[in-house]
Amino acid sequence: MSDIGAYQTTTTDPHEAGFGDYVQLLKPRVMSLVVFTALVGLLVAPVSLHPVEAFAAILFIALGAGASGALNMWWDADIDAVMARTARRPVPAGKVQAGEALAVGLALSGISVVMLALATNLVAAALLAFTIFFYAVVYSMWLKRSTPQNIVIGGAAGAFPPMIGWVAATGSVSVEAALMFALIFMWTPPHFWALALFMKADYHTAGVPMLTVTHGRKSTRRHVLAYTLLLVPVAVGAALTQVGGMFTLAVAVALNLWFVIGAVRIWQRDEAVAEADRYAVEKAFFRFSLLYLFLHFAAFLVEAALKPFGLGGW
Amino acid sequence: MALRPTHELHKRRFSRNLGLGLTLAAFVALVFALTVVKVQRGDPMQGYDHVIQPQALPKGGGG
Repeated sequence: MSDIGAYQTTTTDPHEAGFGDYVQLLKPRVMSLVVFTALVGLLVAPVSLHPVEAFAAILFIALGAGASGALNMWWDADIDAVMARTARRPVPAGKVQAGEALAVGLALSGISVVMLALATNLVAAALLAFTIFFYAVVYSMWLKRSTPQNIVIGGAAGAFPPMIGWVAATGSVSVEAALMFALIFMWTPPHFWALALFMKADYHTAGVPMLTVTHGRKSTRRHVLAYTLLLVPVAVGAALTQVGGMFTLAVAVALNLWFVIGAVRIWQRDEAVAEADRYAVEKAFFRFSLLYLFLHFAAFLVEAALKPFGLGGW
Repeated sequence: MALRPTHELHKRRFSRNLGLGLTLAAFVALVFALTVVKVQRGDPMQGYDHVIQPQALPKGGGG
């Protein structure tokens, strides 16, 4: 066989992935939120790490989150393919084989956990391993397709990064770390249910038992309000701990007031009104929820930055 | 028949190889930097260098 023959054989394979396709497997947008919250957890901790260790810790926490994203894409390829929001992901789009996504997910899980243990400590690594297991197995394989409470419990996976960041620095869990966890945990349901309110068709087509599909939209609107109200004491409570201060408390009160007003507006609306303005309130609430979490964690960071000047903290 | 080595497939392969190569190089650099930091800070570590080190022997044990 000549070289030309070999060349012609290789050009017929249309499914060979580029590097960017593998990066997409790691859900880079989700990773950016993980990086930010883990970084805040690490920086507001009372123990400081060497910058190289801190960089490594954040990198491997993000890599672990990316690994769980790849495992999620491997498992959910069938439902991703029928939802407009996810149909262009690398596996359903045919750019990366499902088996490759599984291999990338497993390999990066192992690398991230071992490297986090070597860079920081075993408790942080164990928490990261549990987070990957929770997202890939408990949420993706079990809860997502079996219960409308999927995102309530599954939200824990997204809530762990600031706690892991804190534990990477201190070596143990504390009230502050638990409240940062609780903040994201309680924020997740209203955030995703607002999305589900204006993306119902997607979940319905895929057969994912989101609350909007199983209990209807009126019930989902009540749930958004209930969880938003439950979020308030958690957010204010976090601002009252060592990582908070007057500035954080003021930010928390303002953000939660705005968030509750949004949730009340969602609760008061019915489908006819929402359809009429194309879910403007629900979409605005969803967009604000992203800002809410970002500003909350940014406030913790500002508070920590003010402390050396005798301004931040209680 | 003319050979066209810059087919789109080769570009994709090159991007993958380059990406992987740079990632591995960055990983090696990070592990090296971590090692330097931990050694400079004096984290507990001791290599066997074929010399009896009394401080490493179990207490009460003979040589």
